[in-house]
Amino acid sequence: MGIVVKKKSAFKGLLLPENKITAKKPIEILPVPEKVTIPLQQSIGAPCEFIVNRGDTVKAGQKIADSTSYVSAPIHASISGKVSKTIKVVNPIISTIMDAVIIESDGEDQWVELKKLFDIKKSDDFSGLKKIVDSTDKKKILKKIREAGVVGLGGATFPTHVKLNPPPDKKIDTLILNGCECEPFITSDHRIMLEYGRQVLAGLYIIARTITPENIYIAIEDNKEDAIRCLEELIIKMGFEDIFKLVSLKSRYPMGAEKTLIKTITGRSVPVGGLPMDVGVIVNNVATSKSVYESVIEDRPLVDKVVTVTGAIENPKNLLARLGTTIDYLTGECGEVGSGINYIIIGGPMMGISIVGTDFPVTKGTNCILVKEGRVQVEQNCINCGRCVDICPMKLMPLVYARNVKRGNFEVCREYYIENCIECGSCAYVCPANIPIVGYIKTCKSTIAKNNG
Amino acid sequence: MEKDNILISHAPHIWRGFSTSKIMYIVVAALLFPTAAGIYFFGYYAIYIILTSIITAVLTEFVIKKLRKKKFIMDGSAVITGLLVALILPPRMPLWMVVLGAFFSIAVAKEAFGGLGYNIFNPALAGRAFLSVCFPTEMTTWVLPPHFNYDAVTGATPLSDNFVYQADKLSLYKDLFFGNRGGSLGETSAMLILIGAAVLFIFRIIDWKIPAFYIGTVALGSLLMGKDVLFQVLAGGLMIGAFFMATDYVTSPVTGNGRIIFGVGVGVLTVLIRNFSNMPEGVCFSILIMNAFTPLIDKYVRIKPFGFQKKKKNV
Repeated sequence: MGIVVKKKSAFKGLLLPENKITAKKPIEILPVPEKVTIPLQQSIGAPCEFIVNRGDTVKAGQKIADSTSYVSAPIHASISGKVSKTIKVVNPIISTIMDAVIIESDGEDQWVELKKLFDIKKSDDFSGLKKIVDSTDKKKILKKIREAGVVGLGGATFPTHVKLNPPPDKKIDTLILNGCECEPFITSDHRIMLEYGRQVLAGLYIIARTITPENIYIAIEDNKEDAIRCLEELIIKMGFEDIFKLVSLKSRYPMGAEKTLIKTITGRSVPVGGLPMDVGVIVNNVATSKSVYESVIEDRPLVDKVVTVTGAIENPKNLLARLGTTIDYLTGECGEVGSGINYIIIGGPMMGISIVGTDFPVTKGTNCILVKEGRVQVEQNCINCGRCVDICPMKLMPLVYARNVKRGNFEVCREYYIENCIECGSCAYVCPANIPIVGYIKTCKSTIAKNNG
Repeated sequence: MEKDNILISHAPHIWRGFSTSKIMYIVVAALLFPTAAGIYFFGYYAIYIILTSIITAVLTEFVIKKLRKKKFIMDGSAVITGLLVALILPPRMPLWMVVLGAFFSIAVAKEAFGGLGYNIFNPALAGRAFLSVCFPTEMTTWVLPPHFNYDAVTGATPLSDNFVYQADKLSLYKDLFFGNRGGSLGETSAMLILIGAAVLFIFRIIDWKIPAFYIGTVALGSLLMGKDVLFQVLAGGLMIGAFFMATDYVTSPVTGNGRIIFGVGVGVLTVLIRNFSNMPEGVCFSILIMNAFTPLIDKYVRIKPFGFQKKKKNV
């Protein structure tokens, strides 16, 4: 019985060289590092405040920072040991200085007590699991998700308990599980679907319990045929075939972006400046779904993350790393960095941020560490060819931004809906004049934000 | 890991690598087809014109870049301009005039505006317009392809009032299609221009909208004026103008709808000039006039962004 539906992309999109060299490499558990650096802001929203002191001993999974504001997620110790000091780190992703805590390992990896309600790995009868979920109150589920510090792991790091509790005037009828992973090189979501498929599907079932949608889609790009087959089998085995619809999507960049994905699956367009819930849709990443399962059923907070370490490195791997592990430690596990001039990029080649210091830690939003030889970027004059306009999935005119930001006309960019840009990088990828359009757009957005606030 | 080996840059960190100079040299390659037709029909003197024009164009750009203390990039754009100037000149143009035309194209129409990407008018057409104002006689002295006459014979171009064709219509169309007719060096053979255009389409260099709407408008306009449509489309510089001149990125609009407006505009102007002015051909000036409108079109013809909604009135 085929339960997979095929769909073409609802936008033009790019065909990128995939370079998913780690697709066949099983997730390896990274040894617990000697120390971890845990920044206090790992999600969108208010930064957390310490609830532990210097010199305290903590166990893995123990909450160490929290915030009273609603849009925020608590942070947990990812290893057991002693809180040695607090430092300031520069967050390369949003270029702000934030507080961080360093925990030195005691080498024991002791955990806080976890109440496991169900063992999904051993069991083949899932009716018990469904009963547990069905009998749990929505509020209780959301509370557990919040307490576990679960945020959107696709990169946006929006607190999941907020996302799953939309305002009452927004009727949500569609839930999409995003397993597209359209960026080249990255394979962490791919491996999660293959190795944690049960948790992902169970997590989706829990998410569905909180927002009671009419349609539930699982969206995967067709370059991950094995993941599609694996989840198809599991859906039938777990008895979800009546409620989950598996969709195989044509591989086109940026399919995994929320707006293009919603358009492709439902045909609905998220309005300019709007959110998916404005069109009745909520999108969750597969890694988030896995974390939701772990938080609700296994009582386990978000303390580790599957990270793909790839690119010009001797031994590319998919690693399950504790949050706070430094990038140095991850790349060290994967052998020598290739010779030549290399960038260290957090994220994929299209949207990742290249960083200077490799002592920055893995945070909740990290899904890939890419080592890549430098791209020599000699900017030439724009020749008005219109390739950027043609490729933009948000139907914007990127050349206008580049031109006006250079002249300092930031306001003009707003007339051209610059806030609708998702910074996917398609424009700069196709630009024959090699103009760093995304760089100009980011400058413009941050300048506008500064002027307004 | 050594820190000095780490660089930072903006995302995206990969690039398609389809650079400006690659585009330019593909256009040059596409232009070799009409160039070959010019040499075949008008003899070795055509080679002199072509080489003179290209060398002048590239040298002019080089010298001006040095004078402005800017980096000279051999991106192929000057080669295109030089080649195009040669292709739209009469096949017996004196060489010193060719030098002047190519110089004007690069120095005035391109570099004086700021170089590639900043020019308002198509440089090659501006050069031709300059020459036709300065040397009206030489610019309208046409020869018939000497291959078939041995001695170069002066004769009218098909669009001239005094053009007479003895044989039947079918062989007239055939001559127009293959290029056995009077006219500018590279404009005569519709067939080879179409092959060149096919190259541009295969490499996705140009958008179909401008040539389609340009030629379509001329065909429709000629029909309304009671002219022979096929003749109007094949004769003159319409083919080379539509595929190689009107589609110039820098001087044509960037949006799809803007390109349609541009194509229709050039078409209407061409029909008007051909039918009502004292000039037999109007492709050059039509495109130049619409070039001037390009910034305006780009300003007002925008595309609606993804998820665009009309602003709700505040109640």
